[in-house]
Amino acid sequence: MDAKDILGLPKTPFSATQEKKSRPQKDSQRKPDGISREVYALTGGLAPLMPSIDLSQLKRRSQPDKEKITWQWLSFTNSARPDNLQLSHWVRVVNDVPPTGDYSFAKYNKSVDIVKYTDEEYEKHLIDPVDAINYQSKLQGFSDIMWTKEETDQLFNLCEQFDLRFILIADRLPSSRTVEELKRRYYSVSRALAVARTPSSDDVSGHSLVKEPYNVSQEVERKRALSMVLSQTKQQERKDAEVLAEAKRIIESRVIAKGAEEAELPLTLSVGPESTERATFPAESVSPASNPQLPAATVAPPTSAADSASIPASLRMLRVYLRTNALDQMVQAASSSAGLRTIKRVDQTLQHLGVNLKPKIPTKAVCGEHLELRKEILTLLNLQKQLQYKEAEGSSHRDSSYTETPSTPKRSHRGGDQDRSFIPDSISFGGERVGKRDQKRKAPGRFSEAPPSPPQSKRARKLKASDG
Amino acid sequence: MPHTSFSRKHGGDQSDGSGSAPKSQRAKMGRATEDNEKKSLNKRLKDVEISVPIVYGTISFWLGKKASEYHSHKWTVYVRGATNEDLSVVVKRAVFQLHPSFNNPTRVVESPPFELSESGWGEFEIAITLYFHSDVSDKQLDLYHHLKLYPEEESGPQSTKKPVVVESYDEIVFSEPSEGFFARVQNHPAVIVPRLPASFNLPPVPIENDNEKKRGDTKDHPLSQWFMNFSEADELLKLAAARQQLLDVVASNDIPKWEGKDISI
Repeated sequence: MDAKDILGLPKTPFSATQEKKSRPQKDSQRKPDGISREVYALTGGLAPLMPSIDLSQLKRRSQPDKEKITWQWLSFTNSARPDNLQLSHWVRVVNDVPPTGDYSFAKYNKSVDIVKYTDEEYEKHLIDPVDAINYQSKLQGFSDIMWTKEETDQLFNLCEQFDLRFILIADRLPSSRTVEELKRRYYSVSRALAVARTPSSDDVSGHSLVKEPYNVSQEVERKRALSMVLSQTKQQERKDAEVLAEAKRIIESRVIAKGAEEAELPLTLSVGPESTERATFPAESVSPASNPQLPAATVAPPTSAADSASIPASLRMLRVYLRTNALDQMVQAASSSAGLRTIKRVDQTLQHLGVNLKPKIPTKAVCGEHLELRKEILTLLNLQKQLQYKEAEGSSHRDSSYTETPSTPKRSHRGGDQDRSFIPDSISFGGERVGKRDQKRKAPGRFSEAPPSPPQSKRARKLKASDG
Repeated sequence: MPHTSFSRKHGGDQSDGSGSAPKSQRAKMGRATEDNEKKSLNKRLKDVEISVPIVYGTISFWLGKKASEYHSHKWTVYVRGATNEDLSVVVKRAVFQLHPSFNNPTRVVESPPFELSESGWGEFEIAITLYFHSDVSDKQLDLYHHLKLYPEEESGPQSTKKPVVVESYDEIVFSEPSEGFFARVQNHPAVIVPRLPASFNLPPVPIENDNEKKRGDTKDHPLSQWFMNFSEADELLKLAAARQQLLDVVASNDIPKWEGKDISI
């Protein structure tokens, strides 16, 4: 029913008949003057929001102007044509005066100004010199034979004919020169001519060719690089992007660490000389702490110093609270950045260490120790995670050659096992489960079933120092 | 600070009783008072917290021969100082909210010891609300405790002599206490008070009558033989050992396998 409402359709058949009767009247009422009914219906039968056609204009246009306009079939000449062919077309004649002027499209007939040289000039300046540039290009493996006059003339003719489209010219020329070689010849000739023709060297130094001569080797290199980029596969693109992002992150972290160091330095300076020693130690431990390789121990001193002052503001507002509630809030705040699994593992670790998840006797000291312990466990777990990621990444790079040929699973397994000495396949698949991590693979026993497992997971198992 | 706090001793009073928590010290202190005493009494001490260790719970006895269907157990719910000191120095009254099936389920206790005895047959959650003196706090504090009548193990017939005791230790923390409150309780054994610098002047407190003080504490309570002892030393030791173990793990870079599962992700 709502749909009908939206469409404006009648809800009941009875009202529909009423609509039908009123519609023709409405139509004739709504038909505007100036355009016919059918044309109006083309626009959807409804008036546009803004008048797209100025109706008054329509009326006026039908009236004859003060001038008399006729259309005549007249002939014309085209200055762009070399011959004097005369063609004809319809021309709008105003007051019996045909329009003057060239054919309107003649102005688009542009061409490149190719320098032209006389034989004399050729003898004097343009003989292809066997000089350092040429020699060097030969060293680099270009088969740039010396240009003869005929070849140069041919080149220039083609340049003019094809408007310096060197790719076409390269096709047309019988000799097997590359596009870069043609360009080199053309530009060096032009340059020489430009230099030779001007009376003084000042005028010419502004000329673009003189300022930046055509550099063959650079051009070749550039084109090669372009083609390489163009032909990169999607995977390579992704890898490049990853590497770039990684580099960016490293640079950023370095900047931050540097900024932190610099921020620490003014603090230590203000504290005083006697305490500089003590103060610089925390400063140093803070900046390497941003480097994730540092063990958890040195991270503890800065955090504990901050902890004593960090009663959550919400609790302070309460003024009266139970210490267990406070501890819960602080624990939650500390593990807010960790996922659910990580929190569970922290609890697991606490249990393994023989510590109650919630202290039985929550005195101030006990709560403080408990919180510190949780934070340390969290840090340890995070570091382990990062360590494993790094190892997995490292191994994936090493194993990329293996993964490229995912032939039989057997082979890829073999490849992964090479790193673990003397571990027969049977044990690694059929035997004990060393870790939960690899349990995503379903049927470990049979080679044919096991997918070409990423060697990363196997490498990660190595971490456990298991030997079978 | 958490590392060494248990080794520091407060110069002033030590609370008696076994296993009491040592007085803790705080880093930063408040400002000194100079003006109007009344004003100064209401002023708040920044970065100071006063903590009151309490124990709350239930003790329940099976009535044995005298048990009836609806009154099979006699139980007592209470809030006491952790060292059995008088809590009335901070607590004005305690309200125990019982199961609605009880007559007048809201029981108010105006004077120490803050306890309530009843008889019944069922276990339920008791809500305890503590109201403090006006200079302490105008906000109340809620505690919840599950009344336990039946012992954990099926030890055969219940004994009328051995009750089922469930106690919970906690500490009420008053952050930024008023000076008046601080001054009043600074020497009270029920309260843990941080040490303020000597330059800090607090108005002197009238010495309380010893007799009155005695009445509120639970040291000679008839049920005191069942009170649990809470020693934080034990827990502290365990925590310190755990942290040391963690450091060893890190140092040796060996990920131990606990019960066949590794803790790495």
